[in-house]
Amino acid sequence: MQHDMHLAPPPLLEIAGLRASFRGPNGYAEAVRGVDLTLQPGKVLGIVGESGSGKSVTMMALLQLLPGGSKVTGSAKFRGRELVGMAADEMRHIRGKQIGVIFQDPLSAFNPVLTIGDQIAEAIRLHDRTVSKREGLERAEHLLDSVAIPQPKRRVSQYPYEFSGGMRQRAMIAMAIANSPDLLIADEPTTALDVTVQAQILDLLQRLREELGIGLVLITHDLGVVAGSADEIAVMYGGRIVERGAVEDVFYRTRHPYTRGLLRAMPRVEDDGEDLTPIEGTPPSIWARPGGCAFHPRCVNAQQICAEVDPELRPALATASACHFAASLPPLAAPSELVGAPL
Amino acid sequence: MNAIVPIGAPILQVDGVVKDFPIRNGVLFGGQADIVRAVSGVSFSINRGETFGLVGESGCGKSTLGRCIMQLITPTEGQVKLDGRDLVTASKPEMRLLRRDIQMVFQDPLASLHPRLRIRDILLESLRLAKLPGPQANARVRELIELVQLPQDVAERWPHELSGGQRQRIGIARAIALEPKVIVLDEPVSALDVSIQAGVLNLLKSLQQRLGIAYLFIAHDLGVVRHISHLIGVMYLGRIVEIAPARQLFKSPQHPYTLALLSAVPLPDPIAERKRTRIVLSGDLPSPLNPPSGCHFRTRCAKAQDICASKVPALREIGPGQRVACHFPTAETAAVN
Repeated sequence: MQHDMHLAPPPLLEIAGLRASFRGPNGYAEAVRGVDLTLQPGKVLGIVGESGSGKSVTMMALLQLLPGGSKVTGSAKFRGRELVGMAADEMRHIRGKQIGVIFQDPLSAFNPVLTIGDQIAEAIRLHDRTVSKREGLERAEHLLDSVAIPQPKRRVSQYPYEFSGGMRQRAMIAMAIANSPDLLIADEPTTALDVTVQAQILDLLQRLREELGIGLVLITHDLGVVAGSADEIAVMYGGRIVERGAVEDVFYRTRHPYTRGLLRAMPRVEDDGEDLTPIEGTPPSIWARPGGCAFHPRCVNAQQICAEVDPELRPALATASACHFAASLPPLAAPSELVGAPL
Repeated sequence: MNAIVPIGAPILQVDGVVKDFPIRNGVLFGGQADIVRAVSGVSFSINRGETFGLVGESGCGKSTLGRCIMQLITPTEGQVKLDGRDLVTASKPEMRLLRRDIQMVFQDPLASLHPRLRIRDILLESLRLAKLPGPQANARVRELIELVQLPQDVAERWPHELSGGQRQRIGIARAIALEPKVIVLDEPVSALDVSIQAGVLNLLKSLQQRLGIAYLFIAHDLGVVRHISHLIGVMYLGRIVEIAPARQLFKSPQHPYTLALLSAVPLPDPIAERKRTRIVLSGDLPSPLNPPSGCHFRTRCAKAQDICASKVPALREIGPGQRVACHFPTAETAAVN
């Protein structure tokens, strides 16, 4: 698709054919094998997958945050600018300024011997040297306030260890939005948090998107986390997107056996303890991935062709699905009868 | 052998368990000891062959309670009766024998399996107390591997060669080796991928049905707990605030904290997610060093009144099998609002 500058602005993020590989003892292994994704400004994209699916590597690859020796090819355009192969110092101007990043573990993202305020102020001054240290601290205080940290005046001069887990995650969000980014990439931002704190953080991210119009990529293993907050979902398995679509379509009209398997395997608070349906086998390692469709050894619908040919991601009714039998899968059982129930 | 206690009778009774941890406060004044009360007078019982799910957020004391029950740490006060015998006052030799009847499964199966032992030896080790002759012990190892639905060739493998799900199955095999009456499972599936979790939960259920083991299932994930538990206890800052049969707890939560906890669980269902109203708790968990007076939850509770600060609400019966520690439970205040 062509993006004419005069007609429509380019998408916020446009990833095409992105590949990333790591060097191992026996050569390279591909962790991401050709990912295509588009995110429009102000929208939320949920990337869902299990360990080793490549969901985090995809985003770390375009931010140039992979360990040395990794190879990244393909294209990832941020507002039309190519990120893959971008010079390191140019990338530093984008990362932390136009693209904010939030990691799972906020404790390791902060320097333990500097106050939270100093670190946020430094993040601002790194991209704008005209800001004085005092101004930086004032803005840090405002930012802490805007992510609902109580007593920001006192908190700004405290150290990371003095913050609870939920507050550290808020502080990291404050730092990530310090330079008013257009895009926020959140990698498992709530996984280490308790469920009531998770609810607070998800609310906060939603508010930022509404108030500041920030586009958000939410990477998670938890389908529940993206159900309420994402506009679009990409399900990853074995380094590829196996299904992609609008959030309702992926949840209610999924056309991929893996997505279906995930939905059936999840214990839900609203069911009555009937047996769960696990997906047999284990997710493949990037060092020993099965041929053909990476999911075929675990798939109940697998046929001969699945072991031989890796299916393309193609439109299949409501979603795009990378399955040879996407069109012929039986319709999904109705979504939980509990829709709209008290929970 | 197990005929003494009929199914449905309590096999594990936890009565008034308190656990205090002294903490040194300040280097200057000779390290005067302060007390953190991690578990504060918890009582409940588990019926034979049933599962008691213990949920709560980090710092609520659920794991400490689990370790008190296992006698890995000694409770400051209270009793833990296994089949009528108090574990807290049991002598060391007595306890060694009693351990056959109460076993534990940990969250991280890799850390809890000896890295230099093959799976066969790990399982043989767990059978040592039974003093079985060699051939019988080997037969039992085969049987255990079959019980946890793994292929027999895992016996020759090392722990690091197994996947997370397989390792946790070995953790379970080890726990059931001596045919215990109770297993304490501390976050047994939270380190596993969703697609793997379901298989381990199903396995735990089928083992319970086959072997009649009672589980104390400690977890933070309400979906998981709902799935496996008969009764559920909700903990907040060292106390149980509500106990109810699983179905009842989810259908009609009575404690404001239970309500908030349930409303925070994300549902994998976009329409339901958008429709529901979420009770977002304000603020953080108060410090256990200095917990609020009266009801510990009152500082974050929308219903709190003066009485909540002055009087600790007792855990009282409010419906069949349902007990709540709140001055203003849902059932009694719904009519007013």
